Amino acid sequence: MNTLLSLEFLLASGLGLVAAAGIYLMLRGRTFPVVLGLSLLGYAVNVFLVTMGRLWHNAPPILTGGASVADPLPQALVLTAIVIGFATTGFVIELALRSRHESGSDHVDGHEPNPQRAQAGER
Amino acid sequence: MGALMDFWLQHAPVLTVLLPAMTAVVLLLLGDSGGEHGHDGDSVGVCRRVSLTSVALGLLMAVGLVVHASSGELIVYRLGEWPAPFGIVLLVDRLSALMLLLTATVALPVLWYACGGWDTRGRYFHALFHFQLMGLNGAFVTGDLFNLFVFFEVLLIASYVLLVHGQGRERFCMGVHYVVLNLAASALFLIGLGLVYATTGTLNMADVAQRVALLQGDDATLAHVAAVILLVVFGLKAALVPLYAWLPATYASASAPVAALFAIMTKVGVYSIVRVHGVIFGIDAGALTESVAGWLLPLALTTSALGVLGALAAPNMARLVAYLTVSSVGTILAGVALYSTQAWSAALYYTLHSTLVIAALFLLVELIAAQRGDTCDRLQPAPAVREPVLLGLMMLLGAASAAGLPPLPGFLGKLMILEASHGLSAQAWVWSVVLVVGFFTIIGLARAGAIVFWHVQPSEADAVGHPGHSARLIAPTAVLLLLGVVMAGLASPLKRYTDATAQQLTDKAAYVRAVLGEGAASTTRPYRGEPAR
Repeated sequence: MNTLLSLEFLLASGLGLVAAAGIYLMLRGRTFPVVLGLSLLGYAVNVFLVTMGRLWHNAPPILTGGASVADPLPQALVLTAIVIGFATTGFVIELALRSRHESGSDHVDGHEPNPQRAQAGER
Repeated sequence: MGALMDFWLQHAPVLTVLLPAMTAVVLLLLGDSGGEHGHDGDSVGVCRRVSLTSVALGLLMAVGLVVHASSGELIVYRLGEWPAPFGIVLLVDRLSALMLLLTATVALPVLWYACGGWDTRGRYFHALFHFQLMGLNGAFVTGDLFNLFVFFEVLLIASYVLLVHGQGRERFCMGVHYVVLNLAASALFLIGLGLVYATTGTLNMADVAQRVALLQGDDATLAHVAAVILLVVFGLKAALVPLYAWLPATYASASAPVAALFAIMTKVGVYSIVRVHGVIFGIDAGALTESVAGWLLPLALTTSALGVLGALAAPNMARLVAYLTVSSVGTILAGVALYSTQAWSAALYYTLHSTLVIAALFLLVELIAAQRGDTCDRLQPAPAVREPVLLGLMMLLGAASAAGLPPLPGFLGKLMILEASHGLSAQAWVWSVVLVVGFFTIIGLARAGAIVFWHVQPSEADAVGHPGHSARLIAPTAVLLLLGVVMAGLASPLKRYTDATAQQLTDKAAYVRAVLGEGAASTTRPYRGEPAR
């Protein structure tokens, strides 16, 4: 029971779930779900990066003397990754809006996949 | 003067990054009202002068670094004087210096061309151009894998905005594809880096290179996974099969100077593959030695073949050149995948040449398209161009260089790759693919040239006609093309330099010693909670 519900297991399965949801959304045809998918994948990757320094209980990432300490480097890395991810997400939202404005469609290809059905929908 | 030289020598690696960064900031502060005749007509002129001066200075510094690096010394720059595996190091060896020089050599004519009018068709072109250069230079000099990721992001963010420079529906649509693909690749990059850190406990390239050799069992398997994930990431940047489909449409939709600058972007992917898969996971890496070599050669040869088939089928000239980019990357990586100093030297020589020619062709395509009226660069009969002799000769020179006809350097590069594969088991594949690809490149470019210059429709527009091009647009294109010819003249010293570069790359022990020093620091890595030994 203890090994089945260990912290590592919970994190790994949770990460897998979030990443899978992100990849599913990224493969959708509209820009909004694609942006959401990119964000979800970004979250999964960021948490994954933190866990690469191993998981720790009651261990601050500061040298305190004798007590055990957590690895601080992945936390520094993930901070950089979060900042970059935030900026790029902002940019991709703006680009998607602009593309919607230019082409009149929020499909990633810039036009409706089936023109006949799109016209029927408008009517 | 002497003090200035000392200062430069001491800080050269970081200055290659700081110079474009500072220039970009200055250009942002100067502002850009958008358009040649904005509120203050002078500001465009000032921006152009600042921008060109900075790139010229960058070129000088790159030449200086190549001269300095050719002695074989590794210039290691520890940021903030932190000792090597803990702080970030920048490192200029022969390969980095060569790539810096190539970047500056492409950037200067391209910027000159852009000053002919493209830079006013959107805002902040010059600032973005310099941010792009900052990312490129940073990626070439960094000695830290996570830092490589950061510089990749810098150059990508600049390229996202440059791609949609000039705007238009087509560019925004392609922009969405390009950005989403690259963001997904960035996520993969981070996963790969996480795995490298988890198994080796470091991200310093020299330290990783040293530690992968010690990995065994599960850790070695995880590191192998990391190597393959990183190959996917770099393969996407370099446009390796099956991740090349984004490139032709994206490059064809970008404005000419941007596409020409992007010719260097695929080479960042190639450079990273050489550094990470060629050196770190390639030489003396214990269980992981040449772990991706089995994948790389078939993929590279397929890329080369599919790229040239795309060029044959291309509906317009921009796409044709974009497919030739894919094809040339395939040829370069085939050389890299042979894992010998001779092949690496050949691949580097071919990289220099193909980047220059592809950049020149992207510019030339726009020159031709501008004189064909509404037909633009589509490959169908149209009214004649205004300057058929000049443009035709430039096209002929570009086509002969790209296809690798003797005595142009493309021929030398391909010959060296063929020679390097002599006696290897893959020789038959390499020879047949490289030779057939060269032949098809000639056919594709000859078809384009024949349609553009000979299948001419008489038209009344001739009477009115466009004016010929200004020297501001012709000259940079001609300079890029002629640089290719100059490379053939300088083949012997260049070959000596690339030979020495390949030799230096394979000397992993010297690389590790230069970065980490003689005595290994006492640490526990990867950190599992035990006290330091």
